[in-house]
Amino acid sequence: MKRRRFTPYALMSPGLLWLLVFFAVPMFFMAIVALEEGNIDTGFTLTYQWSNFSDALSSFDTQFLRSFRFSIIATLLCLLIAYPLAYAIAFKAGRWKNLMLFAVVAPFFTTYLIRTLAWQTILTDDGQIADVARFFGFIPEGGKLLDTDFSVIMGITYNFLPFMVLPIYASLEQLDGRLIEAAKDLYSSSRSAFLKVTLPLTAPGIIAGTLLTFIPAFGDYVNATFLGGPNQAMIGNVIQDQFLRTQNYPTASALSFMVMAVILVIVMIYIKFAGSESLMGEEVAP
Amino acid sequence: MSGAWRWVREHAVMGFGIVAVAYTLIPILVIAIFSFNDPKGKFNFTWEGFTLDHWENAFGIPELTEALGLSLQLAALSTIVATSIGTLLAIGLVRYQFKGRRLANLLIVIPMATPEVVLGASLLSMFVFIGVDRGFNTLWVAHIMFSISFVVVVVRSRLIGFDRSLEEAARDLGATAWTTFRTITLPLLAPGLAAAAMLAFALSLDDFVISNFNSGTTVTFPLFIFGASQRGIPVEVNVLATMLFIVTAIAMGFTVWQQARAEKLAATRPDDDDVDTGLSALVSGQRPVAGEPS
Repeated sequence: MKRRRFTPYALMSPGLLWLLVFFAVPMFFMAIVALEEGNIDTGFTLTYQWSNFSDALSSFDTQFLRSFRFSIIATLLCLLIAYPLAYAIAFKAGRWKNLMLFAVVAPFFTTYLIRTLAWQTILTDDGQIADVARFFGFIPEGGKLLDTDFSVIMGITYNFLPFMVLPIYASLEQLDGRLIEAAKDLYSSSRSAFLKVTLPLTAPGIIAGTLLTFIPAFGDYVNATFLGGPNQAMIGNVIQDQFLRTQNYPTASALSFMVMAVILVIVMIYIKFAGSESLMGEEVAP
Repeated sequence: MSGAWRWVREHAVMGFGIVAVAYTLIPILVIAIFSFNDPKGKFNFTWEGFTLDHWENAFGIPELTEALGLSLQLAALSTIVATSIGTLLAIGLVRYQFKGRRLANLLIVIPMATPEVVLGASLLSMFVFIGVDRGFNTLWVAHIMFSISFVVVVVRSRLIGFDRSLEEAARDLGATAWTTFRTITLPLLAPGLAAAAMLAFALSLDDFVISNFNSGTTVTFPLFIFGASQRGIPVEVNVLATMLFIVTAIAMGFTVWQQARAEKLAATRPDDDDVDTGLSALVSGQRPVAGEPS
């Protein structure tokens, strides 16, 4: 069957070509632009300006490090909230299960910008939440909740929480309850059954969730724009600003390239352990 | 005392779950509540009084209505194209052995693992480099690009749990490959396609970051909100957001119901009557595997 050998390529070529032309090739152009020299008025020329990378990094190292800090803290918070939540949905919710799952994905039904703006409304300086925080002394008299590290990290945690809950929930659902029964039959306490059986078996869900939360959190600039001030600017804010306002394309491209490099290293480590197909939601169970 | 302590311990996880659910729902409630607000100034941040004016005037701001209309057109176009070519891609991946599978997988997975700011910035780099003007055309091209991978993931998981014996039966009874595809494969795949299309539509409608880089002077719904956020967002935005929420929730409910029905029909093994269906199956990606796994 000689003809069949070409069938998969024929089926897949439109999609793969699209991804090639509008995803892979742009990455290549970004690499070229990152090595250019010049400005928007005189035009840019390719001079293999490798120093663009080191210059960009030394000018914006604060924002780079802040992106790391914010996204790591937000990812950990997501994990701390998501695991008990997913556990409650999978094992404790009973007939409320579908309703709780609906609540988890409900934020996706409103526009990302609007739900972030809703937090602006909630945390606003003359709002009730800020009053309560001042009353209990969490923030000083006349202090703010908005435009702080707290508000930005909270916003990121909120916006990317479903990405953590869903893979953990999926791995908990696939857990064979008989294994936990077996552990208990062998006189394991609930605590050690959880630590030695449940937790290791749901590790793939935790790893997938961490990756799915960290990646968008690291590049995010919507939360920092709406919920933060100048002292909360993340690397995404800088890239946006350099591209769209300053129009300093080489610096912006060099920065995007470094963000991509960070992400690629993390993804490659993940694929090494879990395989490339696991990112597509298969083989979550061991 | 120890009884009370035991009660707390037994219900701690569920109690925490309820608090977490409140956390996910509160901003949505705030959006809906503030759609009835009657703000005195430009900013809709503090509660000033109840009014239905903005619901009656929902489509009364021309720029906003135009932006929403453009977003809906954009989402429809990118959904149709992305679902079609993404489905073909998924079929190729699941049903055939071929050289370069690993590379194809990477090309599909990496866009999903790339931060949006990088996707947007790299596309803009290319458009600037080859001198393409940004506008509606660069937007739909970009939206199709970032939707394809998600379509592949959804359709692929549907194809993996697919009972191929039905197709074989059709072929044995003399149906051509095309007739088999049209009358057997496509109807069985339909709930998966619907889910994939809904996801692509939602992704496109919601996209701000990539559009912000590649829109030129074209204004989509999220871009309108971003622009308005500096000078005060009209309450009508909350009204439209609440409407969208309700429509999406209903569409989602319908898809889940369809999926659950299709899964019951597809579960041909007689001993397999407690299959997990509904929302739970959809989000956990579990499929009752009928017949041999491919």
